[in-house]
Amino acid sequence: MNFFNKLLTLFCLLAAGLMPVAQAAAQQGPDVLVRDVTNEVLEIVRTDKAIQAGDPQRIMALVDAKVLPHFDFRRMTMLAVGPDWRSASAEQQTRLTDAFRTLLVRTYSNALTQYRDQTIDFKPTRFGEADKRVQVRTEVRQTGAQPIGIDYMLEKSDAGWKVFDVIVAGVSLVTNYRSSFAQDVRSGGIDGLIKSLEAKNRALEVEQQRS
Amino acid sequence: MNARIPNFPATLRRPLAVATLSALLLGGCATAGNPDPLEGYNRAMFSFNEQVDKAVVKPVAQAYEFVLPDVARTGFGNFIANLEDPWIAINNLLQGKPADALSDLMRFAFNSTFGLLGLIDIATPMGLPKHDEDLGQTLGSWGVGEGAYIVLPFFGPRTVRDTAALPADYLGQNPWQIDHVPTRNSYTALRFTHIRSTFLGTEKTVDEATTDKYAYIRDFYLEQRRYKVSDGNVMREYEDFED
Repeated sequence: MNFFNKLLTLFCLLAAGLMPVAQAAAQQGPDVLVRDVTNEVLEIVRTDKAIQAGDPQRIMALVDAKVLPHFDFRRMTMLAVGPDWRSASAEQQTRLTDAFRTLLVRTYSNALTQYRDQTIDFKPTRFGEADKRVQVRTEVRQTGAQPIGIDYMLEKSDAGWKVFDVIVAGVSLVTNYRSSFAQDVRSGGIDGLIKSLEAKNRALEVEQQRS
Repeated sequence: MNARIPNFPATLRRPLAVATLSALLLGGCATAGNPDPLEGYNRAMFSFNEQVDKAVVKPVAQAYEFVLPDVARTGFGNFIANLEDPWIAINNLLQGKPADALSDLMRFAFNSTFGLLGLIDIATPMGLPKHDEDLGQTLGSWGVGEGAYIVLPFFGPRTVRDTAALPADYLGQNPWQIDHVPTRNSYTALRFTHIRSTFLGTEKTVDEATTDKYAYIRDFYLEQRRYKVSDGNVMREYEDFED
């Protein structure tokens, strides 16, 4: 066996070894992604006593590791800010995205501590091979109350499917911010909005440390 | 005003008449350009409601949640929800959805009998899902515009259209014409307390989610009502502001 053949064999072995991984990442459709992440996170919440007691550090760590990688926060911030996004500089956009991400993560983490015995129903999602944007519908069922719809909007990127909107009971949790953000921009410019968001985050941080 | 809502419980007749009247008067000022023409009044009423909630309603709801076991609260919640089903059926019929209306009536029949006067919701597992309809949604589906956003005392967020529908909705959702006034008042108070207690978990999330709670709740309410009026058939547009 000459050198070239060896190299070829090695290459084939490597490729074969990597294939399942690459395929899994490419094949994991948006519906499967949402279902897997939801189930995994809820399983942890169900078994972790510290999270159920509302330990903010623990929840944030969980959200950070399992949930955040699947969100496109830049796109979410852009949609929340609206047309004013265009007048923001690259640096302002980064600060806005960071501040809004912090706010959303806290909100989401908080909601997770409320989770008890609800069951999540994953509705069938239909989408074609060429679709770049897919809505995955879920329903939270709890005894004695009406089910609440939670829908995830996902977009296909080079790094796989990313969530860019969450719709709870028919309301987009992203665009719901638009009018109050626009108000902040009207009264204090983009920097006014950044300040207002960062101040809110700091206040929540202080409150969290006190409790 | 009283002549228009003749059978309404006397205790609520005056405040409601005032609220309706002011809504109609103030709603006349609504313009297409401004999504919240009553904002000044609304913000004041919003903070009044928040104070009433903090001082009375929320502590009572917390006590209710603390004292009653889960199973009792679930049962009472089912009981309230069951009494709303005939009104939901009527509204489904008015919206031209007879199949849904029939399903609502079957829910009411099964839950009122086999479900022990509505304490147990046996209809949902049977494949008869609970619907969410009211006269405000019916008017919306007929093409009646929502009018201005208005925060009512005690009742909270409404649109002018939903305010106009409120007296009928209130009667429809409480179909008991109980003659015994203390019983009726106790039931009403307990019902409000129960409904408030179901929001105890979410309010911290809302408090923390936003720099402007008033605007957040207003926009949430308006978007959710539009979603319900169209039965979820909302086309969402996602713009791109990147360039």
